[in-house]
Amino acid sequence: MVNEKVRSRILRPLAREKAFYFFTSIGNYTGESAASLKEFMDKIGEVNVKSLEFHFYRGDFEKWVAEVLEDKDLAEQIRTFRDLSPVGEKLKDGLYRILIRRYSRLKSMPQF
Amino acid sequence: MKFKNNVVSLDAIDLRILEALQEDARQTYTAIGERLGIAHSTVYDRMKRMERHGIIEKYTAVIDFERAGAGNITAIMTVFTDPKESERVAEKLCEAPEMLEVYTSLSEELLIIAKVVAENQESLHEFIASSVAPLPGVLRIRTSMITKKFKETQLSIANNPEKLTFIKERHTK
Repeated sequence: MVNEKVRSRILRPLAREKAFYFFTSIGNYTGESAASLKEFMDKIGEVNVKSLEFHFYRGDFEKWVAEVLEDKDLAEQIRTFRDLSPVGEKLKDGLYRILIRRYSRLKSMPQF
Repeated sequence: MKFKNNVVSLDAIDLRILEALQEDARQTYTAIGERLGIAHSTVYDRMKRMERHGIIEKYTAVIDFERAGAGNITAIMTVFTDPKESERVAEKLCEAPEMLEVYTSLSEELLIIAKVVAENQESLHEFIASSVAPLPGVLRIRTSMITKKFKETQLSIANNPEKLTFIKERHTK
């Protein structure tokens, strides 16, 4: 159950050192980073698929979502999606769909 | 050793002392003196002067980490930076114990080239992702892991007789 406090926490902007940094392989940073759920969702649609595949199959996305954004539900959805072994544009589309659904739900929740 | 316009000038004896130290820095002043045919006090005085003037930076041990059982990986990292931030990024990188060497280079873009060591690939990635990529001014990073070392040495006076002659000529003019 997501209450207002949890919702605000998940949607908060993060400090630069807590951002997600997109790499294409070990040590190769693309220059793209995301410092909020909204920015993460947008970057998923922009970054090279190679970078998505690298992080997705290492479990980096769900780890960051769970530990930094503190959204365990979203992390679980990403982890479950991995069982389908998506690659390329299917991976990009699938991830984007999961994220926009979560983001829209959190944004549309009534605020108190 | 002479001074001209605040520049330290080494003579042939200084260079021979440096050559002996590069071979074995644990030699005694007496051993070096005997080898060069000079008094050990001369060796002592010249070494102390070269230490004071930063020509001899330090005496250190060269460790073979693989034999020491500390197997690790070394990588060459190229950091593309915003030119305004490159000095600050380079200085920040120098603070990390993982960084063995850090240089700036001006090719088509301003780059920082660094030699970095880590326990394994995962810790290398973790270090770059958490300590290098977030630095303000870092635009992107390329990292190449070293798979085989063919040569690693310092510029040696003993192995560069031409260089030695050149230095000698330059310093005796």
